[in-house]
Amino acid sequence: MATIELDAAAVTVDVPDGERVILSPTTLTLTERRVGVVGANGSGKSTLARLLNGLVSPTAGRVLVDGLDVARRGSAVRRRVGFVFTDPAAQLVMPTCVEDVELSLRTRERDAGRRRELALAVLERFGLADHAHVSVHALSGGQKQLLALAGVLATDPSVLVADEPTTLLDLANTRRVAELLFGLEQQLVLVTHDLEQARRCDRVLVVDGARVVFDGEAAAAVDHYVASVTE
Amino acid sequence: MSSSILVGVYQPGETLLHRLPVGVKVLGLGAFSLTVVLVRDARASWVFLAVALAVALLARTRLAVLARATRVVLLFAAFVGALQWWLYGRDKAVETLVDLVALALAAVVVSATTPVNAMLDALVRWVRPLRRVGVDPDRVALTFALAIQSLPGTVALALETRDAARARGLGRHPRAYLTPFVIRVVARAHETGDALHARGIGDGDDQA
Amino acid sequence: MTMTDTPDTGTERRPRFSTTDLALVAAFAALTSACAYVGAVPVGGSGVPITLQSLAIMLGGCLLGPVRGFLAAALYLGLGAIGLPVFAEHSSGLGVFTGASAGYLWSFPVAAALAGFLVKYVAGRERKTRAVFVFLCSLAGSVLVIHPAGIAGMKLFFDVPWSDALAYDTPFWLGDVVKTTLVALIAAEVHRAFPQLLHPRR
Repeated sequence: MATIELDAAAVTVDVPDGERVILSPTTLTLTERRVGVVGANGSGKSTLARLLNGLVSPTAGRVLVDGLDVARRGSAVRRRVGFVFTDPAAQLVMPTCVEDVELSLRTRERDAGRRRELALAVLERFGLADHAHVSVHALSGGQKQLLALAGVLATDPSVLVADEPTTLLDLANTRRVAELLFGLEQQLVLVTHDLEQARRCDRVLVVDGARVVFDGEAAAAVDHYVASVTE
Repeated sequence: MSSSILVGVYQPGETLLHRLPVGVKVLGLGAFSLTVVLVRDARASWVFLAVALAVALLARTRLAVLARATRVVLLFAAFVGALQWWLYGRDKAVETLVDLVALALAAVVVSATTPVNAMLDALVRWVRPLRRVGVDPDRVALTFALAIQSLPGTVALALETRDAARARGLGRHPRAYLTPFVIRVVARAHETGDALHARGIGDGDDQA
Repeated sequence: MTMTDTPDTGTERRPRFSTTDLALVAAFAALTSACAYVGAVPVGGSGVPITLQSLAIMLGGCLLGPVRGFLAAALYLGLGAIGLPVFAEHSSGLGVFTGASAGYLWSFPVAAALAGFLVKYVAGRERKTRAVFVFLCSLAGSVLVIHPAGIAGMKLFFDVPWSDALAYDTPFWLGDVVKTTLVALIAAEVHRAFPQLLHPRR
């Protein structure tokens, strides 16, 4: 497993009337295979996830992945840390499925023929082989998220960060994507509103009001979160 | 309907025009256009039109495609042609009109015989020499792909916006529907930028 | 734009344009295409139909600034050049680049760049969200670039005196003022929604 360290990492943004805290200084070391992150909308959990692969840079403190500083070695970190977003439509950027996967493989495989073979193999693995040459617009929501996952996992990152990957999906597709996520070899950092998924993690962080308010074993963390909402 | 924007006017075929390299066709069209614009002679105009028609015949371009290409030109030229007739007489107006039609036909034949992908590949090949001044052909290709990919979605969004405006009796404040449209486009672009960045695509060529 | 890890600091050099910049350029090229594809929209009580294509071009300049605005307009022309039906009346291909209205088209990237330059560096951070300043910047792009280029294009194409070419251009003026007003209103509001759009933090 990779080691993810937050060393007093904080994020603030300038607003007209001063400064707004998106994430208070946070210090954590994540080495567990399945890490869940739960919390209300706008609590800062998405920012926490985005810090892990340099989509957001800390305005104070540091974030390290396997000892690499995310702010300074962004591209090296992004080769280790894949990221899946909530809305699959926004992350699929090429016209057909196989081309989208090829885009991920571009820096790793220079030869176009080899790249096509690799991409087709990846699609096969995710059960999308039949859709290789189909327009990404023709896919269902669940298939789009599977394709987005395929595009990210094609480069074999050692960590996958998923920011509410099932929020827009129906129950059947939620289950399908969750099975895939929990079946991965990779270390998983899963931001979710789905408490069923959170309970399956080895460790869960509860984020509220721009800080981590609970950090521990899954059942206790979920109970803490549910209690905080029902209060 | 919205995905028809991705097809353009290309029609598959095996004619000489289909098999010519893209560069030859584009250069040929450029030379033809320049000649048409520069040669000011009423009889020459008819020759140009004949050449354009012959090429269209050779490429077996469908009549509907040709008609559509000329109709667009005629719409614009009708107004100018009428003015010219009044100011300079019939010959001048006719010459202008025939020139316009010849140009439109020649151009549509190139588009009808060249797939969008082949055009794009050629374009990316042509910007390769600009690498020296910092233009990365791969990023140019990626940006084209991004734009093409988002065309159907953006058109759908625009139609939605227009229909909503019509439903509201054209909306006395167009910004009330155009602003949300633009904001959604910008927000979507930010998401796409983040997704590309997360996939390590913005980091450029660091494998060399 | 190759990236090298500089050994002394371990810090990476960033490409000139971020992926968000590329996505925005692509999005505005697509937006312009969509506007042209959808066709003319009647505006206001007078019902003057206007084509939204030049509106989208100027929006790109006023929202993204001179460089990205220029690139978005150039990319739009590029999409048409490779054969997609993104010009007015669903026309496409290379014909429009030599046709009677070619002058207008060729001027789009320059006009977007000028308007973007004015909004970004002359109007400045505070005033870019005030519609009246954006209106003046966008109008400058239209009056100083698009119309002169369009007139020059028609003079060359129809081989007529300047005065005639000018006469062909005048019917577009009223619609243009309407469009520029819309550009100003929309751009000011979008700037309020995305304050960092013109000055991205790198």
